Amino acid sequence: MTQFSTWDIVSNLLLAARWTVLLSILAFIGGGAVGLVVLYCRIARKPWLQRAANLYIELFQGTPLLMQLFLIFFGLPLMGLDVSPWAAAFVSLTLWTSAFLAEIWRGCVESIPKGQWEASSSLAMSFFEQLRYVVLPQALRIAVPPTVGFSVQVVKGTALTSIIGFVELSKAATIITNATFEPFTVYGFAALIYFVLCWPLSKSSQLLERKLNVAHHHH
Amino acid sequence: MSLITITEVRKSFGQNEVLKGINLDVAAGEVIAIIGKSGSGKSTLLRCINGLETINDGSITVAGAQLAPDEVHLRALRLKVGMIFQGFNLFPHLTAGRNVMLSPMVVKKVSQKEAEAEARVRLEQVGLAHKFDAYPDELSGGQQQRVAIARALAMKPLALLCDEITSALDPELVNEVLAVVKKLAEEGMTLLMVTHEMRFAREVCDRVVFMHQGRVHEIGPPEEVFANPQTAELRQFLGQS
Repeated sequence: MTQFSTWDIVSNLLLAARWTVLLSILAFIGGGAVGLVVLYCRIARKPWLQRAANLYIELFQGTPLLMQLFLIFFGLPLMGLDVSPWAAAFVSLTLWTSAFLAEIWRGCVESIPKGQWEASSSLAMSFFEQLRYVVLPQALRIAVPPTVGFSVQVVKGTALTSIIGFVELSKAATIITNATFEPFTVYGFAALIYFVLCWPLSKSSQLLERKLNVAHHHH
Repeated sequence: MSLITITEVRKSFGQNEVLKGINLDVAAGEVIAIIGKSGSGKSTLLRCINGLETINDGSITVAGAQLAPDEVHLRALRLKVGMIFQGFNLFPHLTAGRNVMLSPMVVKKVSQKEAEAEARVRLEQVGLAHKFDAYPDELSGGQQQRVAIARALAMKPLALLCDEITSALDPELVNEVLAVVKKLAEEGMTLLMVTHEMRFAREVCDRVVFMHQGRVHEIGPPEEVFANPQTAELRQFLGQS
């Protein structure tokens, strides 16, 4: 029987962790972009757009990410679209992330005082101009800490993609466990790697929150 | 030929009708004070004139621009009439100068250089040229309100709506704002102001409108309205009963 050194385990986990990081980053960027569009629909002054955005958000927040993964991975092939685990993981995490980010950001936009909307209205700005130049720059400041905080959820969410066969950190841990029969060691190291990825994110979210609260608006 | 024409305007919030058929014509260059108890509909009337509230009936026209709920009409209307608010509503993420420059650049596509020159002139006009680079939270309430006036003026409106613009100020800061408004009045700006400053209304305004329960209850030159109120409601409001 082959012997596995601790370094064998750790190095293989680290190699797989690259995919966790890459998937997290792509899902976060994609989710952010889609989230902005959903946010716009959610706060636009068109009732049917608002309802559509609401439905979208509730759908993705009200069902487990795992079901969304399954539906995309197994559902799309039924419609004749062959999706790789990679594509399914990316698409479902992007959609899931966008729903949560849109909702977080909506709260930030709504915390901007009504007077800001009224003043910019009375200066003849259009809805889009108000958002672009007056409301979003202010909302952005408030949005940074919860957005960074949510990125932790995205990183942890990538673990679910192991179930559809995408080889990232969790899937690699399972594979290595099957070869080494040392589940505690292997999963322990995997958890440690997740922690090393997530802890700086949640810590910086806290620091940013304190900093943005204490500092002058503009420095 | 009047600049602002308000005809039979009605406005309800739910079951509560706050404007019950308002008629008011304002000539160019006229300065009008709107007085009345809180809840009499005076702020609502002002907010209707530049479309911050929709109206249920009647019509409002400012220099040919008709109030209508779509964005094209609202924009045309708001280019003709500016508004100053009780709470200043400066943009806190921008300096005083940038506050004044923003709308001309965004809405009128004025170049940055021109907008900056205009902003300096307008801030000078309200006595704050030296605060161009200050952020709103570095200014006193009176200074913030003067920047808000400069910001509205930079859009070159034909008329200004002032909604209790000194009510949020400490007493010692009221006069610096009123002095700016008085200067504007003397320069011929058309002004509609909801105010509690009776002395100012008496000194500066051409006409005083007393609103009561959603109607124009009395209207006339300040010397008549203040010295010789016709109705019991106005006498009571002025504290003469």
